[in-house]
Amino acid sequence: MLVNIENLRIGFPTRTGGLSEAVKGVSLHLGQEKLGIVGESGSGKSLTARALLKLLPPQAQVTADAISFDGIDILAASERGMRQIRGKRAGFILQDPKYSLNPVKTIGSQVAESWRFHKGGSRHEAREAAIDLLDKVQIRNPREVSKSYPHEVSGGMGQRVMIAMMLAPDPELLIADEPTSALDATVQAEIMRLIDELVSERGMGLILISHDLPLVSHFCDRVAVMYAGHIVEELQASELAHAKHPYTRGLLNCMPSLIHPRDELPVLKRDPEWLKS
Amino acid sequence: MFARLSNWLLDEAPSSRRQANWANRYRIWLALKHNPLGMMGLVIVLLFVFMAVAAPLLATHNPAAQNLDLRLAPPSAEYWLGTDELGRDIYSRIIYGSRVTLGMVVSVVIIVAPIGLAIGAIAGFFGGIVDKALMRITDVFLAFPRLILALAFVAALTPGIESAILAIALTAWPPYARLARADTLTVRNSDFIAAYRLTGGSNWRIVFRHIAPLCMPNMIVRVTLDMSSIIITAASLGFLGMGAQPPSPEWGAMIATAKRFIFDQWWVAAAPGAAIFIVSLAFNFLGDALHDVLDPKGD
Amino acid sequence: MIDIDVENLRIAFSGREAVKAVSFHVPAGGSFGIVGESGSGKSTVLRALAGLNQHWEGRISFGGKPVGAKRDRAFFRQAQMVFQDPYGSLHPRQTVDRILSELPLVHGMGRIDDRIARALDDVALPQSVRFRFPHQLSGGQRQRVAIARALIAEPQVLLLDEPTSALDVSVQAEILNLLVALRREHNLTYIMVSHDLAVVAHMCAEVGVMQNGEMVEQVSTEKLRRGAVSHPHTRELRALSVELEEPEELPL
Repeated sequence: MLVNIENLRIGFPTRTGGLSEAVKGVSLHLGQEKLGIVGESGSGKSLTARALLKLLPPQAQVTADAISFDGIDILAASERGMRQIRGKRAGFILQDPKYSLNPVKTIGSQVAESWRFHKGGSRHEAREAAIDLLDKVQIRNPREVSKSYPHEVSGGMGQRVMIAMMLAPDPELLIADEPTSALDATVQAEIMRLIDELVSERGMGLILISHDLPLVSHFCDRVAVMYAGHIVEELQASELAHAKHPYTRGLLNCMPSLIHPRDELPVLKRDPEWLKS
Repeated sequence: MFARLSNWLLDEAPSSRRQANWANRYRIWLALKHNPLGMMGLVIVLLFVFMAVAAPLLATHNPAAQNLDLRLAPPSAEYWLGTDELGRDIYSRIIYGSRVTLGMVVSVVIIVAPIGLAIGAIAGFFGGIVDKALMRITDVFLAFPRLILALAFVAALTPGIESAILAIALTAWPPYARLARADTLTVRNSDFIAAYRLTGGSNWRIVFRHIAPLCMPNMIVRVTLDMSSIIITAASLGFLGMGAQPPSPEWGAMIATAKRFIFDQWWVAAAPGAAIFIVSLAFNFLGDALHDVLDPKGD
Repeated sequence: MIDIDVENLRIAFSGREAVKAVSFHVPAGGSFGIVGESGSGKSTVLRALAGLNQHWEGRISFGGKPVGAKRDRAFFRQAQMVFQDPYGSLHPRQTVDRILSELPLVHGMGRIDDRIARALDDVALPQSVRFRFPHQLSGGQRQRVAIARALIAEPQVLLLDEPTSALDVSVQAEILNLLVALRREHNLTYIMVSHDLAVVAHMCAEVGVMQNGEMVEQVSTEKLRRGAVSHPHTRELRALSVELEEPEELPL
């Protein structure tokens, strides 16, 4: 088992001295597979993934029966121990590459730096490795791209660069938090296909966090649907059409369809009962 | 009664414009209350304001009454902070001096903040040639050291409090204009300003009704942080004899005359010095706290 | 009801042509969708129509009357716009009441209280939100306020710039339903810009596809659904949309 999360709770202190829980008892298990976590804004999907890498803001109060990564107890791990996992054994891809890349360094030097940090070796080796990595994420002219600065490349290219940096240490797990929601549909498809191929090729685990249920079900093996801090339903992606939970069904239903027009879109009716599970 | 007021203020769904506005102010106050340094600053500032207002009640002597037999007396039961070179009670002069000093500071702020805000917001919003012209003028004023420029102005006018106020105001507005311009630039292309363009209202209406209020938090903060430097500029002008004229008890002027005895009769200079220090510090604390409260980036 | 006619619209930013000779016509009471990827020029077209961008060439007419670069005040009673990001399109320090009352104040419209109450009703918001600040509202509520702000002008044309792309899908459904209902009740003419083909197809009868500043194809929604499209870019966008909707239909 690569990732094991049992009964995770994340709370934030409120102004009045109470605690508002954003994640309320989530359990997740992941092997070498592709898991999608889907939910609307505020459902706690990103917090859950961040808790796994201890990337939550300091005021967050985390409790869990267990959080482990490849057998390592994350709850008990020190900051130094986490650095062995973060970026090295588990890569994290964020929504907008613009904010994750250093604007005053060339792309090549940033990828090379990341490679050298994990693997050591000479500057020259790192530079060659960086070009090789850029090639692996299907950038057509890696040598030229490596000399350009982040603002000179498109959003899709930036995301490829981020992925290349994450691949440098050969991680076992890739966490992608809305990796394509800032990108155009055509680019989104390319990036998702790239992530898909890399994950399958290298036998990595993937946690894909997104608000986009069709996208997630398309690229993942398994889908966990989160609502208000709970996982309300977990199912095989292929079984999505037969989802049982009214929330999942509602989410699927309320999207406009190109092929099957409807006069009015069914509106999701939120049932307080859903929170009791 | 208080609980009802508090409920009214914290109502999630206010039912009138007035209630919504007061609720907003109350929330700012609640946030400020949780900042100990800010509260300390506020209390000190209020104390000094009280001192200025109630000066005749607080003073033990006439601030101008001379007693040459008791020149440079050390602090005693009769003269709490001692006397100066003309035998005047330093404590009473500090009390009355708060009127002069705080009055100067407030007048400067009242002149400076609106001018800086207007120039900055207009330059930022209209851009182009208007921006270039206004900002170059601002640069000219910024290029001179503040005190030197103020000195030149006062020298050109007649030395006195009014001239000092004008001189400080003339030299204090450029940073405000720069600040307001920067704030304006960050919002001028936002969608909510675009939405106001689509009402058909004039540009002036957009600048003064919708953009200027957004520059206010930073302006208020800058004002409180600037208070201390205004006091110090005023004190420096007083020190150089260009500000308040004797026998008016201005703090800076008091230090200026006391400098001759600073080694033998240190209390003469120490009292007004401490007063300036405490007020400056209080304004700084308050400004810092207001910055956190009015500009909650971490929320 | 008024129609909108755009002929040979060209917009350039510092020498670079962002919109190249775009022409289309929207019948009175009709709805026209513009789809395209980022940088295709779709929002630029909409902003020029709204009068927010004054550097354009060509011909734009509303109800048969050509409009100039600078619009007179009356124009804004005729056409209003709803922006993409409900978090950025409401003044952060003004109450809903203040936001909604600005246009009536500028135009000297009377009975402002009644108008605000009616606008809130129109977008199905409770009167209790009237004196709240935007940060006290959810994304969907904010977008409803933005729509109410447009409606308070009693316009005949509504220009919609990705009105739901910043919202969750369940909220998107509510806003789309609201927009459909409003068009019927108020006899509005819509032009909607979106990157989402399914959303545009749901809302509009006719779709224009933009790529690199050109409108490469105009097609009826009905044909688009059937796949009777001619331009490769339209086909690509359609395929991507269908692929996610029905994975069986078009395998990767």
